[in-house]
Parts: sequence; structure tokens; C-alpha cells
Amino acid sequence: MNASTSSRRSMLDRIRTRPLDSNPLPTVNPSRMTTYSDPVQKFVEILGTVGGQAHIIDRPEQIGETLNAIEVFTNARRIASLVPEAIQGDVDPSCFDDPHGLASLDWVVAPGEFIVAENGAIWVDGRSLPHRVLLFIPQYLALVVSRSQVVNHMHEAYARIGTPTTNFGVFVSGPSKTADIEQSLVLGAHGCRTLQVFLLP
Amino acid sequence: MKLPIVDHPTAARPFVTNPKRSPWHDKALWFVRSKRDKQAKGVSEWEHLRELASEIKTHTVANLADYLEKFEQAATNLGATVHWAADAAEHNEIVLKILRRHETLRIVKSKSMLTEECGLNHFLENNGIEVVDTDLGERIVQLRDETPSHIVLPAIHIKKEEVGETFHQHLGTEKGASDPKYLTEAARQHLRNKFLLGEVGITGVNFAIAETGGIVVCTNEGNADLGVSLPKVHIACMGIEKLIPRFQDLSVFTRLLARSATGQPITTYTSHFHGPRDPDSELHIVLVDNGRTRLRGNSEFRDSLNCIRCGACMNTCPVYRRSGGHSYHATVPGPIGSVLSPTRDAKSYKSLPYACSLCGSCTDVCPVKIPLHHQLLAWRKELVGRGLLPVSKRVSMRFASMLFQRPRLFAVAGKCGRTALRVLPHWMTHNRLNTWTIARELPSPPRESFREWYGRNRNDD
Amino acid sequence: MPVALFVPCYIDQFYPDVAVATLELLERLGLDVVFPEAQTCCGQPMANTGCASETAPVARRMVEIFADYDAVICPSGSCTAMIRHHYAEYFTEDATQYEKVASRTFELCEYLHDVLQVERLNVRFPHRVSLHQSCHGLRELRLGGSSESMTPRVDKVREILELVEGIEWCTPERSDECCGFGGTFAVNEPDVSAAMGRDRIADHLATGSHVIASADMSCLMHLQGLIRREEQPISVMHVAQILVGRPVTRPAVPSNPSEAIR
Ligand code: SF4
Repeated sequence: MNASTSSRRSMLDRIRTRPLDSNPLPTVNPSRMTTYSDPVQKFVEILGTVGGQAHIIDRPEQIGETLNAIEVFTNARRIASLVPEAIQGDVDPSCFDDPHGLASLDWVVAPGEFIVAENGAIWVDGRSLPHRVLLFIPQYLALVVSRSQVVNHMHEAYARIGTPTTNFGVFVSGPSKTADIEQSLVLGAHGCRTLQVFLLP
Repeated sequence: MKLPIVDHPTAARPFVTNPKRSPWHDKALWFVRSKRDKQAKGVSEWEHLRELASEIKTHTVANLADYLEKFEQAATNLGATVHWAADAAEHNEIVLKILRRHETLRIVKSKSMLTEECGLNHFLENNGIEVVDTDLGERIVQLRDETPSHIVLPAIHIKKEEVGETFHQHLGTEKGASDPKYLTEAARQHLRNKFLLGEVGITGVNFAIAETGGIVVCTNEGNADLGVSLPKVHIACMGIEKLIPRFQDLSVFTRLLARSATGQPITTYTSHFHGPRDPDSELHIVLVDNGRTRLRGNSEFRDSLNCIRCGACMNTCPVYRRSGGHSYHATVPGPIGSVLSPTRDAKSYKSLPYACSLCGSCTDVCPVKIPLHHQLLAWRKELVGRGLLPVSKRVSMRFASMLFQRPRLFAVAGKCGRTALRVLPHWMTHNRLNTWTIARELPSPPRESFREWYGRNRNDD
Repeated sequence: MPVALFVPCYIDQFYPDVAVATLELLERLGLDVVFPEAQTCCGQPMANTGCASETAPVARRMVEIFADYDAVICPSGSCTAMIRHHYAEYFTEDATQYEKVASRTFELCEYLHDVLQVERLNVRFPHRVSLHQSCHGLRELRLGGSSESMTPRVDKVREILELVEGIEWCTPERSDECCGFGGTFAVNEPDVSAAMGRDRIADHLATGSHVIASADMSCLMHLQGLIRREEQPISVMHVAQILVGRPVTRPAVPSNPSEAIR
């Protein structure tokens, strides 16, 4: 990549020949930011506004009970579960070398690390997924998180992640969606059509 | 490359005078802005966040070389390959070279204004590669052989019936179908196949973190994630201004971006990539200059590098909403586009800084506090300084200035003008030669100016 | 020490009653007001076109004319903003005189609200009124909170108008969208400008308002031009006219509207 190397030099040179006075990098003070008296409740509320559904439950078995009341779940033929204590899947994604093989998955049940009150987001660590496409390819997605793992806002969220140690991580807030046709909101663009979030103690 | 001269008033006319199009477009975008207002109101530290965002970006641009090197180092340590492109052509060549090495025939691409700016799609297609834009709005404009008219809502100018017609032709949907749900479902099916066939995934970048060497991509549809988690090669293309120093800085920007852009509390998917997926996979990051280091050297317009491409200034701009994105003839339209485009070619884009009533709404809405309307005003000065204002306008301004420096003459001229307006027949003062009166009446001229009244009623001497 | 009245050029020539009302109002409030007759225009048309060298002499003479007053009061947010925020570049060598004038130039409502702190006016205006916020008053002078900004601010124009008895307030859906005047913008971009103006008028009409009030006559000049051409049943009035109790002027229909060339 010779051309690129010379461009590298010329770009950096062009910047360096024009030194600028720099303002200091501000410190972000999380304690200045809005917090909630009941952050879990806030999360549930916001998740609802972005098209997701939260379920506050006491035992993992209730996940199966809740899902079995959903028609698209009972009709599902291919389910992958990364939370075996909640539900047994019928596809084991770790058996696949090529993620393309997961294309026909109907449901995925996966664990999340923590929830963010202000925006209804769930942080999913790539380490918990044998293939990261598991989060995006199924028709329906269920995430399971402990509701004790809640932060108020994104400042606490990033502080909690600290320094990323995994090659992939994602905040998921609601099912995939688009409003690209005349601003009409449609759930289920390319990723999951619905998102169920189970909040264990 | 010589660009044609864009005359915004002329380019906007068909859209703004179309009673079916302009009010509809205006309302759709106002709706988005209203959603943004609601979200911003919900965050009591909103103005503080804007201030932080502005300071972080300004600091980054000031120390850009150091942060770029830091980023390169960190990303390389994670196993990513970092490329440097001085301009659009080099960017395109770099991408093509990677694709050639993998003997790629089909790529899937998520939204990236940078690749639009570089004209990557046509370049790759001319080199025999199938390019599929996977963002629904981008796919619509791609199938229609158009360009996006908005940086966040690429197909905002297209009606659902027109999407229906396009999908009928290309995807075989029912003729006359225009239900957004039905059409979105059809696109989902159609693009699923494309995703499965994509050999390389290309994405844009919303933020690149110097400290960790990671990149963040935000989408609602999940198309970027689907596009890069199936194939083994991910190419991420970014302008060098996308850098932020620290991982923690993301907290500020992820709170502002989606709220400003679409009025959502956060994008559905905010994905953090640190290095390639596994030892068999590749992550390429292309750092593109294409005029940015030059813009950085310009103290007047440097702040425009702080832009995080949220599109809020477009949604709020009363001119953009009524004239449509294509009237700007630029990859980035609206207020920020009118600041950026003349930095590329002042002559071609000289009408854009005047396509603005200086209402200042963009400045107040911008999450990184770019003083957009003051920059547009600064552009006007710059254009006049470079002799790019039409002579007729310059002459009338000279004349006005002369008049305003001579109060007696000003009073006499005013009197003559008012008298003429009073005595001349309406058609002589209200005709096509007078732009004011094409749509409006002139004020009814009073017999007496204030200064005359004052002379009669208050002046004792 | 008298205060100076700064009357924008188009008000002087086309809307003298706005200036007379301003003068009367200030006199009623006990001020000694003078109108320095050498004044003409703040230079905004040239400045907003980008013609700095044409603006500079105009700006300098304005500052000289108003240098010796304790206060300069102007019935226009836009022209006040021009002096306060956009003159600095013309006074790079010696800014003392300019800084003095800039810090003492006030928009009318701002002066009534902040300096005089007027609490009573003894006027009635028994009409349905909707307020048109001028962009420069709002986003340059910060006479009130703009809808984009989350910084809470007192709406000074509205608070002053609240002192008038009998107003029935009507609130347009878009509380502070630009009317599309924008100075030379109105003739540079006639189609967009007119579309913006029509939308504002429709929004005000939909509230049932009979009078669009504003602290900036230039916006109203543009709106009035459209209202008269399209014969809309709504009037425009400058805030100063309401504050001294002027009757509502019906929108005058053009002398020969059928001749108007569309
Ligand atoms: S200029 Fe500001 S408001 Fe406009 S797109 Fe950029 S960040 Fe958003």
C-alpha cells in the first residue's frame, strides 16, 4: 500500500503544518446527569416507546411460559437459545462454522449484560454469542437480563463497560425498524420483527 | 473536475411551487423535528451535552494528527488494517483493491455519506461489482437511480405510491400497492437474499475511538450489522473527522445523535467493533481526507468539521423543508451542506449560502453547536471578497451604501419612491421586473415619512 | 440625558406610524426621546449580502450618531441585533465607542422589560392576537426561548403585551418558524420566501387570530404583502402600535388587485 503510505504522510503533514490552539478535553461528570428514582420502571417505559416489550419475572422458567403464549413463538420451528435455563432451543448455533447456516432461524433467546434506563437499551456483549449474526438474523429476538444490572444513562453505561475487551458489543433498543417510506414507522426492517426483554431479579 | 453552477432558486422552483410535494415534504420533516424537540426536552442536561460535544469535537480537530496516529496504532493492534486516502479517487481504489484481492463480485453496503461523497457505488459498478445498498431508503433511491435527498432520510422526497411503483418494477410487488408495511416487508425479503449473497460488507462509521481503535456504527434497521456479520470481510469507510478521543466520549454523542436525528432516545443498534470478528476475518478501516485537512486549516469554517451528520439542521431548515434536498445538488444538502459545498467549489455552489433566511434555527438545533447561520453569513462575505457576487447585486449594494451615508439624499429618494408608488398605476410597480411583487404587494406608501412627521411635530428649531 | 430613537429605514419610509407609536409610548413612560435625524439604516441589507466594504461606512456613521446617548431604542429586533452582534468587525482599530453603543442599544420590548421594568400600561386591545416571533429577536437577541433551545428564557415581547388588557391570545402550531422575509432573501429566493410566508399566515389564520403582532415590522411587511395580495382576513400590527392602543387596521386591499400579475 505505497500510495496509501504517502497519503498517510501527506495528510498528517498537512495537519501538523497547521498547529491549532487546543481547548482542553472536557471531563464528563456523570453525577451532573439525570437519574431516575425507579430506573427499571423507566427502562420498561422507554422500551415500550421504541417498540420492545419488557417482562418483569422472578424465575427463568417464566420465560418459556410467556413465550409460549406468543403465537409466532409456538409456530416457530427453529429456535436457538443461549439461555438454556430459560428455554431449550432446537438449534445449537455453536455447531455452525458458517453464520450463513443460521439464516432460517425463527427465534433467538440471548443474554444481555445490563439495561439503560434513559433509552431502553440493552448492552449485549459479543462474547456471549457464538456468532454475532445471532442477534440480527432471527425473525424474533428475546433478551434476558438481570434487572439488578441497571444504569441510569449512557455515561454510567460506558463507565460500566470500562475499556472494551471484546471485538463486538452492541446496544439494542427495540426491534429493528425503519420509517424510510413516508415516515411511517414499520417494525421489522432487516433484523428482528419484535423484541422481548425478560428482566430477572 | 469542473462542476456546473448550481442556482438554488431555479433548482428549487419545481419542488417548492408544487402544491402536492412541498407542503407534504415540509410536514414530514417538521414531524421529525417535533419528535426531536420532545426527546431533547426529556433530557434536562441537553444544553450541557451540546456544550460537551462541541468541546470534544473542537479539541479533536485541533489535535487531529495525534489522534489519527493513536487510532491507527490501537486499531492495528486489534488486528484491523488501516488505510489512508487523500481523496475520493484513492478511497475508491483502496476499496476496489481489497475487493479484487478477495475476488469479490457482490457487496452489501449500509448507509455511508462518505461513500456517496466519493461516488463509490458507480465506481465499483463500472468495475463489474454488484453494489447493494441495504438501508431501505438508500435501496429505494438506488433502484430509482437517484441520489439521497437527505443524509439520514435518503428517500424523504419520495411518495409511497412512487416507492410502490419502483418495487413493482424491480421487486415484483403488486401493482398499485403503496402500504409502507407491505413494501417494507417486500424489501426485507428481497434484501435478505442480498445479505446472504454479499461477499464483503461495507459500512460507514459514526464514531471512531482514538483510545481504543474501535469504530461505532449506528442503524435502526440492523442492516449494517447483518451486512458485516455474515461475510468475512468488513470495510469501514470514514472521513477523518469522525474521530473522538476516548471511549467514554461515546456517552455524550450516543445521547445526542439519535435524539437530534430522528427523535429516538438512541438508535436501535449502536454497534461497537474492535478489530476483526475472528482470526479468519478482516476489518479494513479507510481514513479519508478529501478536503478535510484543508477545511481544518480554514479558521472561518473549521467548526463545520464537528458535524456528526445527524440531519437535524435539515429537518429544521424552513428552506430545505420546502425546496427539497435535491435543490442543493450536493451529497450533503441543507444548512451544513451549504457551508460545506462551497469549501469544495465556491463558484459552483455560490448560491447556496444565500439559500437561507438567516433564521438561526439550525444553529440552535445542532447537537455540536456549529454556528451554521453565522457560517453561511461568513460565506457570503467570502464570496463577495472573491468577486463571485453578480455585478448587478454588488452595484445595488454600493448604491444603497452611498444612499445610507447621505441622510438628505436618503430622505429625498424615499419621498420620490413613495410618491412614485402612490401615483403610478399598480401594474407599473407590481410586475415581473420587481421580484418582490411576484407574490406580494408592496407596502402602501404613506404620504409622510417618520422623519418628516418628526420635523413637523417634534422639532422645535 | 435624552434617549435616542433608532428608526429602521423601512419603518421611517413605509411604516411611520410604528415609529410614532414607539415615540409616543416612550414619552408616555416619561422619557425624553430624541430622533437623531442623521440616521438612515443599520446596514443590514449590505451586511447580509456579504458586502462588508459597503457596510463598514454605514456602520461607522451609525455608531458616531448614537455615541452620546445613554440608551438607543429601536422598534426592531433585527436591526438591534445587527448593531449588537454584527458590527464588531468594522471597529477593529478602536472599539470603545462601538462597544458603548452596542451595550446601550435595546430592542423596544427588551428596554421596557429589562430597563424600565414597566408593570402597567393602561391600554386595552380587545382582539384575538397571535404573536409572530422574529428570528433575530429570538435567536440573536434572545428576547425569548426558541423552540429548538432547551435553555429556559423569559418571553419579553409576550410579557410586555400581557400588560395590555383585553387581548385574547391565539397560539400558532409552529410557535417560532421563520416567516421567510430574511431581507434580500425575499427577492433572492422569491418562491421559497413566499411559500414560507403563506405557511405562517395559514398557521396564524387557523388559530382564529385577527391580528398578527410582532416586534419586527420587516417580517410583517412581507406577511402583509402576501395577505393583501391573497386578500386574507387578518391584519398585522407592530407591538408598539398595540402598546399605545391603536385601533386595528383592516388589511387594505391593493388599489387594483386584478392588475396584479401573478
Ligand atoms: S451541522 Fe449539526 S445539525 Fe447539521 S447534520 Fe451536522 S451535527 Fe447535525
